Amino acid sequence: MAHANPTGWKRWLFSTNHKDIGVMYIWFAFIAGMVGFGMSGLIRMELMEPGIQVIPSVFNMTDDQARHMFNVLTTGHGLIMVFFMVMPALIGGFGNYFVPLMIGAPDMAFPRMNNISFWMMPPAFILLLLSTFVEGPSGMDGFGGGWTAYAPLSVSGHPGPSMDLAIFSLHVAGASSIMGAINYITTIFNMRAPGMTIHKMPLFAWSILITAFLLVLSLPVLAGAITMLLTDRNFGTTFFDPAGGGDPILFQHLFWFFGHPEVYIMILPAFGIVSHIISTFSKKPIFGYLGMAYAMTAIGFIGFVVWAHHMYTVGLDVDTKAYFTAATMVIAVPTGVKIFSWIATMWGGSLRFTVPMMYAIAFILLFTVGGVTGVVLANPGADVAMHDTYYVVAHFHYVLSLGAVFGIFAGLYYWIGKMTGKEYPNALAKLQFWITFVGVNMIFFPQHFLGLQGMPRRIVDYPDQFAYWNWVSSWGYLVTLVGVVLFIIVMGITLSRKKTLGNNQWGEGANTLEWTLSSPPPFHQFNELPRIK
Amino acid sequence: MTAVAQKNNRMALIAVSAVLGMLGLAYASVPLYDLFCKVTGYGGTTQRAEMFDAQAIDRDMNVRFAANVHRDMPWDFKPQQHTQKLKVGEQGLAYFEAHNPTNQTIVGTATYNVTPHKAGLYFAKIECFCFTEQVLKPGETVVMPVVYFIDPLIEEDINLNEVTEVTLSYTFFVMEDEDATNVTGR
Repeated sequence: MAHANPTGWKRWLFSTNHKDIGVMYIWFAFIAGMVGFGMSGLIRMELMEPGIQVIPSVFNMTDDQARHMFNVLTTGHGLIMVFFMVMPALIGGFGNYFVPLMIGAPDMAFPRMNNISFWMMPPAFILLLLSTFVEGPSGMDGFGGGWTAYAPLSVSGHPGPSMDLAIFSLHVAGASSIMGAINYITTIFNMRAPGMTIHKMPLFAWSILITAFLLVLSLPVLAGAITMLLTDRNFGTTFFDPAGGGDPILFQHLFWFFGHPEVYIMILPAFGIVSHIISTFSKKPIFGYLGMAYAMTAIGFIGFVVWAHHMYTVGLDVDTKAYFTAATMVIAVPTGVKIFSWIATMWGGSLRFTVPMMYAIAFILLFTVGGVTGVVLANPGADVAMHDTYYVVAHFHYVLSLGAVFGIFAGLYYWIGKMTGKEYPNALAKLQFWITFVGVNMIFFPQHFLGLQGMPRRIVDYPDQFAYWNWVSSWGYLVTLVGVVLFIIVMGITLSRKKTLGNNQWGEGANTLEWTLSSPPPFHQFNELPRIK
Repeated sequence: MTAVAQKNNRMALIAVSAVLGMLGLAYASVPLYDLFCKVTGYGGTTQRAEMFDAQAIDRDMNVRFAANVHRDMPWDFKPQQHTQKLKVGEQGLAYFEAHNPTNQTIVGTATYNVTPHKAGLYFAKIECFCFTEQVLKPGETVVMPVVYFIDPLIEEDINLNEVTEVTLSYTFFVMEDEDATNVTGR
């Protein structure tokens, strides 16, 4: 069944090809990531010194408006990085491109639904950007209630239409992700090549399968919660309004019932990518393959029953806190299984320190740092003091910004040759890794100190006592900026080169199915299904 | 339709029903959460007793009273006594006073809880103005009683051993929808 190869704009707009859609997702994530990164730049420049100086001069506004604008920037940064950068890159991008290749399928199960999934993302992103230009609180533009959008600030605190646009944006992005997830579940269950049993399936496909399950089970809860926000705001319901018998705490429960699985949605695909890279560049199969697969399953399960550890300060009783503490710490066990299995894979292996391998090893190191601070924060005694401080900001940026994002970089360097047939400039890419590595650690490590000293999140100005480490952190951003510019240069050089790579750029060690195809793979692959022994 | 396509559609259908099921659960959580709070005293939700049937035991409890109004509520609302000291299992009676200084009839409804939250399960109210809506005509002042007791079962919960004082707190909100009808109706 030979399809036509559409060309020009029709190839992309009407695309039903998983590889083309994957590439579009990666470009989309790149563009959204640049916007989110720019927002964090404004945040870091504002926080470089005490006082309110950068935002008023950049946006030409008063101090009061600048205070709100700062919150709009942190909200936008969070939402963009979560929904429009990490998820499209890892799940939509690498997931679409490599899951069918790895399991020996000709394409996704529902190629047209795949097209809709992707093309819902740009409108969702535009809705979110629009929300920053319309009124939020009276007299000011944009929604500044944080990515968590807690009621009542998101209900009575932002009477303008800004919040409604943000809600619609999340509705559309959520629908897109749910359709994508259904597509992955169906593809992975039904379209594996003959002989590719679920226990022979590559770990990246496993990670996407579990991620898809988490999406299907958690995103509808967010959709429900934000729909309740919408009706509370516009149609007089009182789900979260005590005046009508509602409870704002219920929103937090619903949000985090989604929000905690969401953090695993962002990190599991990175786990999958890192497993392949560590195995490839150790020239060994991954240590404890089944343990690795079921550790991810366990993380997915437990991820649904720990949500209230985000809410230790709402007045949970001591027994409830004890349960959520214990359940949260249990997650460290399957996560530890993964970390040690990666190390055991490298142990005695024939290591090659290529750029993707450097990113993967940095991922293990930095994710572990974030995991350790996570265990610290799992203790209500410590968390009550650290709740909503920069310690929490440092923690989740170590697991996401230095974990998931390093996973994206690792995957991109690992697979860019496969996707384009072109080789990245090695020396420049190594320099890019080191500058980024130093930069992000310089941003986020000092934030642990700030948090322990008691600096709250989401403030535009701070007492002078916090000046020093904020200054260091902001310089770290500038170092990272060099890393990001270098990344664009590296990718630009790669894309402008000629196609020189054969089927398997990495040689022995890279033995998943995508390396049996040409680089880039043919437009339609596996017309004859491969047989896995 | 090929066999794979059929299998695919069935799988997608299962996944879609899971999505709809979770969406339904999100909405079901609203009444369930309410019920859960009432049953377990979560968030300091007090219990409601039909009648007083407790035996007083030898444990003192200091009860403090707090009265608040929502930002949009113009009433003056205060407790007539700030604290009461009584035995656990003894019936208590406290009065709250509300005054409507405006020239409009206002319907109000009160939410309530006790702190520490863990005491909610053992704080039982037999009669309370918070069970019904309150209507205050322009300039009217009402005194509203609360009949309550601390459940002696508190003695058996080790998590409440150190509790010697609980605060009963009310917040009055304007019932906006019925505001207009009541003004014209009277």
